[in-house]
Amino acid sequence: MKWGVLHFPGSNDERDTIYALESVLGYHARLLWHGDRNLADCDAIVLPGGFSYGDYLRCGALARFSPVMEAVADFAKSGGPVLGICNGFQVLCEAGLLPGALVQNRGLKFRCVPATLTVENNTTAFTLGYEDGAQAVIPIKHGEGCYVADQSTLAEIQDHGQIVFRYTSNPNGSIDDIAGVCNREGNVVGLMPHPEHAVDPLTGVTDGQPLFRSVDQWKQAA
Amino acid sequence: MGAPVTKATNYRVAPEVTRALGLEHGLTDGEYDRVVEHLGRTPTFEELGVFSVMWSEHCSYKSSRVHLGRFPTTGPRVLQGPGENAGGIDIGGGMAAIFKIESHNHPSYIEPYQGAATGVGGILRDVFTMGARPIANMNSLRFGRADHEKTPFLLGGVVAGVGGYGNSVGVATVGGEAHFDAGYDGNILVNAFTLGIVAHDKIFRASAAGIGNPILYVGSKTGRDGIHGASLLASSEFKEESEQMKPTVQVGDPFTENLLIEACLEAMAGDDIVAIQDMGAAGLTSSSVEMASRGGVGICLDLDKIPLRDESVTPYEMLLSESQERMVVVAKQGREDNLREIFERWGLDCVPVGIVTDDGRFRATYRGEEVASIPVDALTDAAPAYNRPIAAPDKPAGEALDLGAIKEPTDLTATLTRLLASPNLCSRAWIHEQYDCYVGANTLVRPGGDAAVVRVRETGGGLAMTTDCNSRYVELDPYIGAQHAMAEAVRNIAVTGGRAAAMSDCLNFGNPEKPEVMWQFSRAIDGMSEACNFFGTPVVSGNVSFYNDTLGASIPPTPVIAMVGLVKDARTTATIAIEKPDQIVVLLGSGEPELNASEYLSVVHGCTGDRPPALDLEAERQLAELCARVIERGHVSTAHDLADGGLAIAIAEMCIAGPGIGCDIDITVADRFDTALFGESGARVLMAIDADGIDSVETEAAELGVAMTRLGSTGGTRLRIAAQGAMLVDAAVNDLHEAWSTALPKIAAGA
Repeated sequence: MKWGVLHFPGSNDERDTIYALESVLGYHARLLWHGDRNLADCDAIVLPGGFSYGDYLRCGALARFSPVMEAVADFAKSGGPVLGICNGFQVLCEAGLLPGALVQNRGLKFRCVPATLTVENNTTAFTLGYEDGAQAVIPIKHGEGCYVADQSTLAEIQDHGQIVFRYTSNPNGSIDDIAGVCNREGNVVGLMPHPEHAVDPLTGVTDGQPLFRSVDQWKQAA
Repeated sequence: MGAPVTKATNYRVAPEVTRALGLEHGLTDGEYDRVVEHLGRTPTFEELGVFSVMWSEHCSYKSSRVHLGRFPTTGPRVLQGPGENAGGIDIGGGMAAIFKIESHNHPSYIEPYQGAATGVGGILRDVFTMGARPIANMNSLRFGRADHEKTPFLLGGVVAGVGGYGNSVGVATVGGEAHFDAGYDGNILVNAFTLGIVAHDKIFRASAAGIGNPILYVGSKTGRDGIHGASLLASSEFKEESEQMKPTVQVGDPFTENLLIEACLEAMAGDDIVAIQDMGAAGLTSSSVEMASRGGVGICLDLDKIPLRDESVTPYEMLLSESQERMVVVAKQGREDNLREIFERWGLDCVPVGIVTDDGRFRATYRGEEVASIPVDALTDAAPAYNRPIAAPDKPAGEALDLGAIKEPTDLTATLTRLLASPNLCSRAWIHEQYDCYVGANTLVRPGGDAAVVRVRETGGGLAMTTDCNSRYVELDPYIGAQHAMAEAVRNIAVTGGRAAAMSDCLNFGNPEKPEVMWQFSRAIDGMSEACNFFGTPVVSGNVSFYNDTLGASIPPTPVIAMVGLVKDARTTATIAIEKPDQIVVLLGSGEPELNASEYLSVVHGCTGDRPPALDLEAERQLAELCARVIERGHVSTAHDLADGGLAIAIAEMCIAGPGIGCDIDITVADRFDTALFGESGARVLMAIDADGIDSVETEAAELGVAMTRLGSTGGTRLRIAAQGAMLVDAAVNDLHEAWSTALPKIAAGA
């Protein structure tokens, strides 16, 4: 199992994600440069957190045009597991690989706090390892994590089980308390909280571990 | 100032240089004469600009240099003392910690968001320019009265700026402090700290060498921002019209800094760089001059090559611009292409703009014309240094305390609740929740405790860090007050399980031309120096910020201590939170609480007293050793320094920080209940200890000669404090939490 972690200019959790995958969870993981046009035969892809291109235009709006994103789109279409964390989630929405969009927190401030999530769909590539309805504490750290979608999109993702995580106490004004969503097939998941910062017992909670481990089950089932 | 305005075309603007223009540049009459003397002629316009920034208080330390030599700066762990971009210490395993604290006070008052943001950006560059990867930021903030009309704007802007830069650049902000006091109404303090780590043999220094080596300009393009930030904004008092200096405040770009960090660290991993320095205060000029000075060489710049944001930037402006996210690199000859390849991959300019010369001069040419040629020495070692007059104030600060006139509150629970909701004791969560404390995946002890602790993967250990200064104590007695700041810093490190190793300082004072300000400054340095020697914590870096005066009034003297300590094992640290019931609560140390100078006296009775609490450095050292020892041996994982607000505040904070577990304690009161609950002292720490660990702690305490008193136990959901059969405090932890946590958001909202 080899993970690829994308590196856009301005990404800043990419090395933390590699550390979580390699040193804590024991996987192979490597960085993939935004200018690359292939995914180096990786089995799963993570778009990490950070501020790609400074988020100066609109978060994720520029990164989606990176050459590597064409390969990610092909990989996703062929059923490959793709995870977007925070800025990575924003990029996946901008790229049209996930529904909805993320805008500034309703409180207008950046928030860095542990968040309690409920697993709403435990059949995706990144939630198979959780019990249905399980709760997980995973930190958030974002200024633009308020999930929005128009009425029809919201109804559609509700109907198709595409809401993957909800906040138990909404920190940013997200519609329907949504913390993470997936595509119809469940192989592409995006969430604002940072599971890579919830794996190492030394630095805090470990509720993010099952999220990464889920991919093993997903691959076996495939 | 009346300097000429440039036209929108690219040409040299060179008005006639006169003495009057020199004075407008912030030079004194005597200094102008010395400039002419050094050059043997009237300076060019560009040279005048260069002298004015290099001889400014901010860059030359002309009022402080004669005093700073008293600090102990050496020790077995010191790898780099003051004089470089940042200081460095050995942390074992072949690794070094590089750190420094620096002020960005005046810009932050005028433009709080960008002032604070660029303060963070600047200190980050000071650290990564040494080859270290930044892993932790902290900040020390001082605002005016909580109910001052400007406080919400300044607090909100500064915090957003610190977060906006640090979060985006991708370095964790792990701690800090914030205080409110009327003394800062017209002059807030924003001090930023960064710590990075690097292998010993990869530490870079900024000493230019190798005649003929190319000088490379790296990073953002040059614009007009920040011109005369160092010479005029940072090196003079605030006046009514200072608000008009907003254009001298630089604008930060954390995205570029993120790229610059990665590109520089990648470039420094190779063998192509001789020296590297960031363009901070006074930009291209001071970075080039300082590198040339350290290396004993000259530098010649070709200003036609400087990457510009706007073609109309003049040579004068190029030399003085404080545009952010720029570095100067001395490369090995013939390696320019290797470096350009790296920086271009990160999307950054990397342009040869000059060479290292053997003439010992700082020279700059523009369109074939030499616009500046100055002996490097005249700008650095031969810069003015003043031994300013020193005089103790006629009238000592504060007023003697008449305890008889201080009425004891009848409802001490209400007093505790009120104190917990007061500006200087309430929760800082509103601030630190705006900062990313997770990025880097090393944060072991997060903000909200006594010190922050980050892991060092290379050693398996950790680094504890804290910023401290009780300026009320320093104002009442600069010598003892500064030592209190050091003792508190040492204690804060110790209660997380670390041992204080070395420090950086940010000396924020008023106008040095006032003899009483220089007296405060000199006394504080003497006090700190003695404590540095005593604790074995040398000063490895630091910064002086003078002229923190508005309309003639100086700020309270605020020598902020940034202490760094070593934690042996990342797995054994302590936090302040009471996490379990049925633990034994103990008080360690012999400090005697006093009302004088306490936060309680200020909040409840509106007075300050006339002296800080007594201080016993020996007791502090023993207590700190005890804390580090019992925590690293795994006997204790809950410990809290007992400082501002006294015993009742400290125990309340421990309950609030956890899941809501209360505690029952019984104290002995010698005199007054309020003194016992809210009096302050040095050398006291609270711990909550498992029943099976208590004997070990008791044995260690006895061995080190530290007094230990059992006060009670944890459990339930209420905090109860009894004395001599009377219940003094009885409150639900939830209610205390509510009062404590809702206060700062109200201040920030101006409510």
